[in-house]
Amino acid sequence: MQRLRDLAISDTGFVFDPFSGATYTVNGTAQCLLDGLKRGLDRDGLVALLRERFECSDEDLPRDIDDLVQSLRMFGLVPGGFEVGR
Amino acid sequence: MSAPLTVAVTGLNATDNPGPGVGVIRSLRHCRDDVRVVGLAYDALEPGVYADGLVSDVFLIPYPSQGIDPLRDRLSYIRERTGFDVIIPTLDAELPGFVELAPELAAQGVGTLLPTREQLDLRCKAKLAALGDKGLPVPASRVLTDVTQLYAIHEVIPFPIVVKGPYYGARVAHTLEEAVAAFYKMVGEWGYPVIVQQFVAGQELCVCAVGDGEGGLVGAVQMRKTVITDKGKGWAGVAIRDPGLSQLTATFMSATRWRGPCELEVIRDADGGYHVLEVNPRFPAWCFLSAGAGMNLPYAVAELAAGRELSPLHDYRVGTMFVRIALDQISDMDAFSRMSTAGEVVRSHGVAR
Repeated sequence: MQRLRDLAISDTGFVFDPFSGATYTVNGTAQCLLDGLKRGLDRDGLVALLRERFECSDEDLPRDIDDLVQSLRMFGLVPGGFEVGR
Repeated sequence: MSAPLTVAVTGLNATDNPGPGVGVIRSLRHCRDDVRVVGLAYDALEPGVYADGLVSDVFLIPYPSQGIDPLRDRLSYIRERTGFDVIIPTLDAELPGFVELAPELAAQGVGTLLPTREQLDLRCKAKLAALGDKGLPVPASRVLTDVTQLYAIHEVIPFPIVVKGPYYGARVAHTLEEAVAAFYKMVGEWGYPVIVQQFVAGQELCVCAVGDGEGGLVGAVQMRKTVITDKGKGWAGVAIRDPGLSQLTATFMSATRWRGPCELEVIRDADGGYHVLEVNPRFPAWCFLSAGAGMNLPYAVAELAAGRELSPLHDYRVGTMFVRIALDQISDMDAFSRMSTAGEVVRSHGVAR
């Protein structure tokens, strides 16, 4: 999780990984989730954070979280077996 | 404020495969007005010769193939003309000569911060495998002096392989035919021997580092190339921080007791393993990133070579980028004619004392 915590995220959604030098751009939802994950929020906390920031239906939220975590695994930014705690 | 420092620097061939000299010079002059630079060039048309905002005086020096005596004589003359305090050689092929001359230069009051001849030999491409005995992860490799040795190479190093020249150049070969073609290309460009190395897939990372000669690290900046030319050279890059790479650099320094600047070229594979592909015994061309990121390694080398106390080296700023640019410098025929005939361009009115 150290790599996730070390990510530098700008207000515009530009992400820099100081470990690899890789850069990414993320949308507002992913930016919000990354912020929550860096703060160590669990799934309920992330859902609450998204509800607070966006107008969205409840069924979208778990899928958004899972999609982002899948991407983070793919880019090696979290360990392969990482799951968001409940 | 210490006395002004006059530093002689080689490697002014700032082409699309640039020598490190211009990067070293820009670092020396970065945010400082107490450094005067003397350029040492092998050819009148080396681009750095015409960077008159960077280099006060420029002198031609003899090619390494001419032996050490002409170099000694020429440096003696240039020293009389400019009074340089320190020399920073930046090209692989010239380093043996400068290493051999270092004690004589020191006796004349000229400082260097160079590896020993043994250290230089230890990291040469043909002997890189010996670093494995010192605990550094190096890919399997073989030194070839005959193309027929390639026919059985797959028995010890499976394809794909990397075929390398003794100083520069590398080609990935997936088949014997490609390997043979690469072999002849390397021989044609760089001569014998040819080195065959196991190809390792992964992220290519570089470290610009300076060793204190006693096993310690003066400083190091890590970089990942973000744009690579068709010659495999980094045209853009970003400063990174990988703790495993820091450990590897520290291990290299303690294992070799390296003295002076160097560049480690490393592959980090998908499993997080590290493989040292090359150790270059001098600053890399991208070394200005170290100054730009806040850890000015060339200036640190100049200070140490001059026997001065090292100014505090601050940590570098991760995320600092470099993006190279090709610029057309404008010059007149005067500088070129003076380089071509007298072998020197002196802009600073001689010795600055």
